Amino acid sequence: MNTESSPVFLQVENLQKSFGGVRALKGLSFKVVPGIIKAIIGPNGAGKTTLFNVITGIFPPNDGAIALNGKFIEGCQAREIARLGVSRTFQNVEVFGRMTVLENVMVGRHIQSRAGIISTGLRLLGMRQEERQIRESAMHHLAFVGLENRTTELAGNLPLGEQKLLEVARALATDPKILLLDEPAGGLNTRETEGLAALIHRILEQGITVVLVEHDMNLVMDISDEIMVMNFGEKIAEGKPKQIKNDPLVIEAYLGEEVDYSDL
Amino acid sequence: MTKITLTGQLVQYLFTGVTVGSIYAMVAVGFNIIYNVTDIINFAQGEFVMLGGLIMVFFTVTAKLPLPLAFVLTIAAVTAVGALMERFTINPLKNASVLTMIIVTIAVSILFKGIAMFVWGKDPYIFPPFSGSKPLFIYGAAIQTQTLWVLLMTAVMVVLMTIFFKKTRYGKAMLACADNPEAARLVGIKVNTMILISFALSAAIGAVAGAVITPISLMEYDRGALLALKGFGAAVLGGLGSFYGAVVAGVLLGIIESMCAGLVSSGYKDAVALILLLLVLYVRPSGLFGNVEASKIKEF
Amino acid sequence: MRSSNRKALFGLTLFLILFPVVAMNVSAIGHYLDVMIFVGIYCLINMGLSLLMGYAGQISLGHAAFFGLGAYTSGILCTKLSMSPWLAMIAGVGITALVAYIVGVPSLKLKGHYLAMATLGFGVIVHIFFNEEVSLTGGPSGFSDIPGLSILGFSLDNDLSYYILVWSLVVLTLIFSLNVIHSRIGRALRSLHDSQVAADAMGVETSRYKVMIFVLSAMYASIAGSLYTHYVGFLSPSSFDLFLSIKLVMMVVVGGMHNIWGALLGTWLLTFLGNEWLHVFHDFDILVYGAILLAVVMFLPDGLVHLVPRVSRVWKRG
Repeated sequence: MNTESSPVFLQVENLQKSFGGVRALKGLSFKVVPGIIKAIIGPNGAGKTTLFNVITGIFPPNDGAIALNGKFIEGCQAREIARLGVSRTFQNVEVFGRMTVLENVMVGRHIQSRAGIISTGLRLLGMRQEERQIRESAMHHLAFVGLENRTTELAGNLPLGEQKLLEVARALATDPKILLLDEPAGGLNTRETEGLAALIHRILEQGITVVLVEHDMNLVMDISDEIMVMNFGEKIAEGKPKQIKNDPLVIEAYLGEEVDYSDL
Repeated sequence: MTKITLTGQLVQYLFTGVTVGSIYAMVAVGFNIIYNVTDIINFAQGEFVMLGGLIMVFFTVTAKLPLPLAFVLTIAAVTAVGALMERFTINPLKNASVLTMIIVTIAVSILFKGIAMFVWGKDPYIFPPFSGSKPLFIYGAAIQTQTLWVLLMTAVMVVLMTIFFKKTRYGKAMLACADNPEAARLVGIKVNTMILISFALSAAIGAVAGAVITPISLMEYDRGALLALKGFGAAVLGGLGSFYGAVVAGVLLGIIESMCAGLVSSGYKDAVALILLLLVLYVRPSGLFGNVEASKIKEF
Repeated sequence: MRSSNRKALFGLTLFLILFPVVAMNVSAIGHYLDVMIFVGIYCLINMGLSLLMGYAGQISLGHAAFFGLGAYTSGILCTKLSMSPWLAMIAGVGITALVAYIVGVPSLKLKGHYLAMATLGFGVIVHIFFNEEVSLTGGPSGFSDIPGLSILGFSLDNDLSYYILVWSLVVLTLIFSLNVIHSRIGRALRSLHDSQVAADAMGVETSRYKVMIFVLSAMYASIAGSLYTHYVGFLSPSSFDLFLSIKLVMMVVVGGMHNIWGALLGTWLLTFLGNEWLHVFHDFDILVYGAILLAVVMFLPDGLVHLVPRVSRVWKRG
């Protein structure tokens, strides 16, 4: 099957997920076509991060289907999904704090390498060549996000903005077809956010589809091709940034977040 | 004739099982008290039982104190040991990893074992049963009166613990810590104090167990580890954190072990409890009586 | 290999060459060669334990069982079936790996305290097995007359030759382990230690690697067990009890569990303490052990090896 010609890259149908009695996703459906930047927005607690966690296999869904290139992946293990070309970053940064920056990205190359315990233990020739490739590729991805001068530092010692970039480099190192960014601009200053927008565009140029969850509306409106709006585990709107800006349901959802009278 | 003997034997095994099981139950409850408040499994739990037994020997045999006084002093001494342990080893290590906490409590258990060996040597000790050594005969089985003391003490402990956790201010506060330490702190509960009390209390229960079992099974310095392991087995079997589960599972474990020792092989009796522990851990870590969802929400 | 490791390896090799020269010429420490053989045997086990604890973040309180399995397999096959010791050693490694795999798969699904108790329970069960299967193991009194080792007809029956054998194996295993640590597998292990969820998302087969390292560490312990058997020539269950499992973990922790060199340092220190220097204390060595372990965990959580860079800095400053 030719994956490039497939019009729908990621398809989610009627996805449901509950935690105890709380229904975080209530039958969500949407599509992502290849080669775009798609943003998912919505008030806190709308279920955006849960959606990412279910797509990447951290939790299995209670019901519904997720298809990647026509292949159903719901309920697969996280590591299997990673091998299918889905990579991600985390809202609450999850770098490997006690490893160096370079080593973090080298872990990203894990699924693209295969040396086993015997060939690594004995440092066989093939393993040494592979190790050199892993290192070169990791350096390349670090340079891509602009962290090439930080390689030997411990990841845990980097400032938040750089940790977020490191997560992007690590995710890119897996050679993903689709990259899920969970609030990449959270905690960044204006200058860093501008850099991030440029970075996301460059990622797209590499042929990688980008889906991001983000609160920074300027960034979202600026870079997205499509936006999906979620509230209380459901999709309330979907379309081009212009359409979303003027959608009454969206305005209501966001007003409701800012001035929540129902809780008083 | 053989029939009566068999019944007698079975009754004998049953009583032995319930007795030993009660001790496992008390160790398991000790684990649960600390686990509920701190999420720590105290590997030195068995050492409290060992210390309870040996200190009781000291007060009754060496110091020749009257039994009730010796009993109270023993509990007080071991309680103090538990409190000291918390103050000097657990309290300073806030935010340590699980691995570190495991190793710390193991280190303390080795230390207690070493101290006990230093003081009492390697020989097993005994002191006379609480109410004489003349056995009772039930269905042809000879039952030591001390067995009844063990059962009585277990029952008393169950009642006291229930009252403590359900009725008293401290007990309720400790349960609150177990539920949500941050929230407990916010409403003004001193979580530090509660952790201290949990160690003291669980040491006290260990002391009671050690004091009542020593006239039956003797006590020596290195008994703690196996007691802890089996007590932990009972705690897991009953659902970690569950109080009644621990008691039921402890007694059950004791009976299974004693039946196996009597009817199958005495050499493998220790293995039976442990194999059971492994099976439960592998197949149903939430325990026989706990349900999987509830194992997340700690209940006492 | 990293330059710091290369330097340390060079230092270790130099020490290992000089040690017998000194020990055999100073009569007061002549028997230290014998102690060093035990140090080497325990180092083999503890390098595996260090990989497991320090790098994979998993605890095992049952490694004495794997040590024992290797020892008993070697002993039984050599005496009862007159098998060649080297074949028996390989058979021991195979059997131990199999047992470790069977125990490891379900055990390593458990976390923290549960895993600790499960491995502890496993260790005690194996110890009971050694005690009870009298026809196979000789029961509590064990069995003796286990033949020594020889290479190409050259018998390794004196301390020096056995020292060379044991420590060659230690150095080779160390190099193997260091290579694993500084590879994709080592990085995968350390990554799951830092963030399991991110490691999963990077496609690292976390559970597979945990089991792999568990089995590898059991294999190290099994080889150590075989070497022990042929050196001592006598086996009894008391050499493989619960306290040994705990002592092994102690050695790793005291030396520094996040560094394989720490395992070597801790093993060396505690074995010499236990076999030699604590004899002054006679029976209450347990007390001293407990105190040392507690002090290290409380005040030096990264272990003694953590002091080495500081000491060398002071040294260089002169």
